[in-house]
Amino acid sequence: MSIPGQWYLILAAALFTIGALGLLIRRNVLVMFMCIELMLNAANLSFVTFSRMLGDIGGQVVVFFVLVVAAAEVVVGLGIVVAIFRRRANASADDLHVLKG
Amino acid sequence: MLGAVHPTIPDSLTFAVSAAVILSGAIGVIVSRNAVHAALSLVATLFGVAVLFIEEQADFLAVVQIIVYAGAIVVLFLFVIMFLGVDRRENVADEPLRGQRPMALLLVAIALGGVVALGVSAHWATGARAVAGSTTAGHHPNVYVLGKSVFTTYLFAFEATAALLVIAVVGAVVLARRPRMDEAAGLTGDEPVADEPDGDPADPVAESGAGDGSPTHEEVSR
Amino acid sequence: MVHAAYLMALLPLAGFAVLVAAGRRLGDPWAGWVGTVAVVGSFVVACIALAGLLSEPASARHFSANYFSWITVGGLQVKVGILLDPLSMTMCMFVTGVSALIHLYSIGYMKGDPEFSKFFIYLNLFVFSMVLLVLANNLLVMFVGWEGVGVCSYWLVSFWHERDSAASAGKKAFIYNRVGDVGFLIALFLIFSKVGSLDLTTIFAHRGALGSAGATAVALLLLLAAAGKSAQIPLFNWLPDAMEGPTPVSALIHAATMVTAGVYLLCRVNSILALSPDAMWVIAIIGGATAFVAATIATSQQDIKKVLVFSTVSQIGYMVLAVGTGAYIAAIFLMVAHAFYKGLLFLGAGSVIHGLHDEQDLKRMGGLARLLPWTYGTFLVGWLAIAGIPPFSGFWAKSDVLANVYQKSPALWALGLVTAILTAYYMTRLFVLAFRGDDRWAAAVDGHRPSDPHESPWVMRAPLVVLAVLAFAGGILDLPWVHRDGFASWLSPVFAHTLYLAHEGAGLQVVLAVIDAVVAVIGVSIAFALWRRSVDKPTLEPAFLQRVWYWDDFYDAVIGRPGQAMARFAATVVDGRIIDGAVNGAAAAVRKGASGVRRFQTGYVRNYALGIALGLAAVIAFVISRVWWS
Repeated sequence: MSIPGQWYLILAAALFTIGALGLLIRRNVLVMFMCIELMLNAANLSFVTFSRMLGDIGGQVVVFFVLVVAAAEVVVGLGIVVAIFRRRANASADDLHVLKG
Repeated sequence: MLGAVHPTIPDSLTFAVSAAVILSGAIGVIVSRNAVHAALSLVATLFGVAVLFIEEQADFLAVVQIIVYAGAIVVLFLFVIMFLGVDRRENVADEPLRGQRPMALLLVAIALGGVVALGVSAHWATGARAVAGSTTAGHHPNVYVLGKSVFTTYLFAFEATAALLVIAVVGAVVLARRPRMDEAAGLTGDEPVADEPDGDPADPVAESGAGDGSPTHEEVSR
Repeated sequence: MVHAAYLMALLPLAGFAVLVAAGRRLGDPWAGWVGTVAVVGSFVVACIALAGLLSEPASARHFSANYFSWITVGGLQVKVGILLDPLSMTMCMFVTGVSALIHLYSIGYMKGDPEFSKFFIYLNLFVFSMVLLVLANNLLVMFVGWEGVGVCSYWLVSFWHERDSAASAGKKAFIYNRVGDVGFLIALFLIFSKVGSLDLTTIFAHRGALGSAGATAVALLLLLAAAGKSAQIPLFNWLPDAMEGPTPVSALIHAATMVTAGVYLLCRVNSILALSPDAMWVIAIIGGATAFVAATIATSQQDIKKVLVFSTVSQIGYMVLAVGTGAYIAAIFLMVAHAFYKGLLFLGAGSVIHGLHDEQDLKRMGGLARLLPWTYGTFLVGWLAIAGIPPFSGFWAKSDVLANVYQKSPALWALGLVTAILTAYYMTRLFVLAFRGDDRWAAAVDGHRPSDPHESPWVMRAPLVVLAVLAFAGGILDLPWVHRDGFASWLSPVFAHTLYLAHEGAGLQVVLAVIDAVVAVIGVSIAFALWRRSVDKPTLEPAFLQRVWYWDDFYDAVIGRPGQAMARFAATVVDGRIIDGAVNGAAAAVRKGASGVRRFQTGYVRNYALGIALGLAAVIAFVISRVWWS
């Protein structure tokens, strides 16, 4: 009845790499944030898979906390984005390069 | 549960469809030029993941995923998109940083290939005993088991995340508020960091763009 | 009475201390009197010590005392102490005596010099070092005195250091001395390693431990040291340059005392020299060669002091020749006589220079006999003494040396005889040019007639008279036909086992003495004949001799220029390019590395995210490698 855990894990890996690729390629700050969310979801999927494979509720507990923390992180992150890009024409991550060495 | 060797047809079908939804949503996020389209693709991905949660008997998490992630977080994203300009389009084809795209593709290919290779060839499950409590012992509902674990074994983490949420809210409020007229300009990051290339004057109310819903203190005193 | 002998060294040291503290305030001439009194006191102590030694029987004239322990390091025990035997007593007598006279003389000569007290400071320190050298009972304390006289010589030669030539001369003197000191030091090391002690008595008791090769090595090394200090071949060309110093310095240091230190050293270690006949031959040949070469050079010099200084080199060559022959007593006799008459000659030259307002060129003197009578009279005595005319002291001393050399080697005797002719010749030339003939000093210089030369004050004349008496009568110390008395019997216990006494019959001795006298008269008359009338004789003064057989040029080409080239190489290539290149290159490499690394700081968040992705790929690759290959 159950699907082998490896399939889930490979799917999670694929989701993660797509998220990583998007983070590296896109310049719009909000889309970069969404890619981060993709990566978090991939991690959550892996945790739940392991929870099922090992019969351990601890995996799901972790996902629970990851959800909470992700929510908080998005709140604060978007607050920063708003604060920085309030008056910008284009919210692009490439405009913040004053720390260039 | 690792009992059955062959997955059943309904399960496989569910998995396949969910996987397709997830991956297409993900690709949609990274490819869309419009930010709103990207947010909607993200919703699709989140729904797919929720379905897979149910498939893996993590019912509570699936519901919470929908309510919190797709319901609250994505909505928050959309709010901010609206705030910063909904119809702005990013030129996806152009890449100003040299070597970024090839290097990115190479690295994620290596990462994916590596994980897949590991997943195929390595032994994952060690057979160790459950630490936090078994998922199925006692035939309790998933919520029961999860709640018991959170409120007893991981109580401290739970309280800490509660505090974290409060702090996050306070922080967001502080970050996003506009400075009053009598505060010096440049406090709390109200000025954009890279101001010079744009040539934007540090003018509090010159910007007329997408509505700033904050009370117009300045207009009163003007 | 001998127990207070250390005062001979301490009194000049006290004078030095007093003058350092208060010399400038005492000024001209009281600082000079302080210095003179200190050295006169030293001479008085020497006389008392002499009386004390003479009151002992001949075999017991040996007083040694240690005063404090200086170095105690493992096997090296060096105590500071004195050894008073006839040899060191003789040296002390004439060192302190001649020094006292020259101190007195300097009060007059240096009058008006702005650094008057500094001169006497250095002179007193010099006397202290010289007495320390002579009295030391071990080689290391002797070396301290050796170095002391060297450094005082450097200070005194470059006394008028504003003159570049004087400063260079001082440096040259010091460096040549230093080269000799290398020989001294290595000899010390050898002696210590073989014998285990540096104390003179111990060394002589255990000199067999040196072995014949060791003895030869020590002897030759000490010859090198003596050559440096006493200006023999190959280290003699510092002494002519040292004439840049004031004339009393030339008289004291470079005629009477410091340059005799080398001969004294060789006499002191006579028992080691006796172990190596080969080394003795080398010493004799060096001495003879130096005497001859220096005498030839002296015939062509124009400066009065240069003639006298090459004469000094030549006379010391005689002494070294005597040492090499084993005739130590003859060498010491000549040393004492030479101190008298050469000191006299230099002081007389100083009187001439002083009287002519610093004129030193012989061709611009002349006719001074009537204008400087005292100087003329005393100089006459000195001239006759050095020329070897009997019955002056020089005749007896030189014939003593030559008689001994004849026994050892007729060839060297012939060389010595030729040198004697040359000595008589050039000294007469000097005498005639300076004191007789026309008044060439009166020739107009820059359009006006120079003022008349004046005789020196009494402080300068008195030492001249005393030295003249000694130069005349000094021969009494040792007359050859009464060998057993006087000087020889006084000194022979010191050289008990090694003395070479000429065993000729009395008849041969008389013949040799007559030959010496005849030779001297021949030299004198030739010079009189040639130089009486005309002054300008370029054929008799060839450039080869004037330029010191081109010795300085030779050293310059072989040592000086390559040394400078090496220094230049070291400065530009080694220091400039290699070391600076390495240091600056390290800095440049860091700078370039930093600017290279700086390119990673683009400021773009996405680039930094790329870095994270790189780390991710690396970690996964690492895990895979561990899983697959562990």
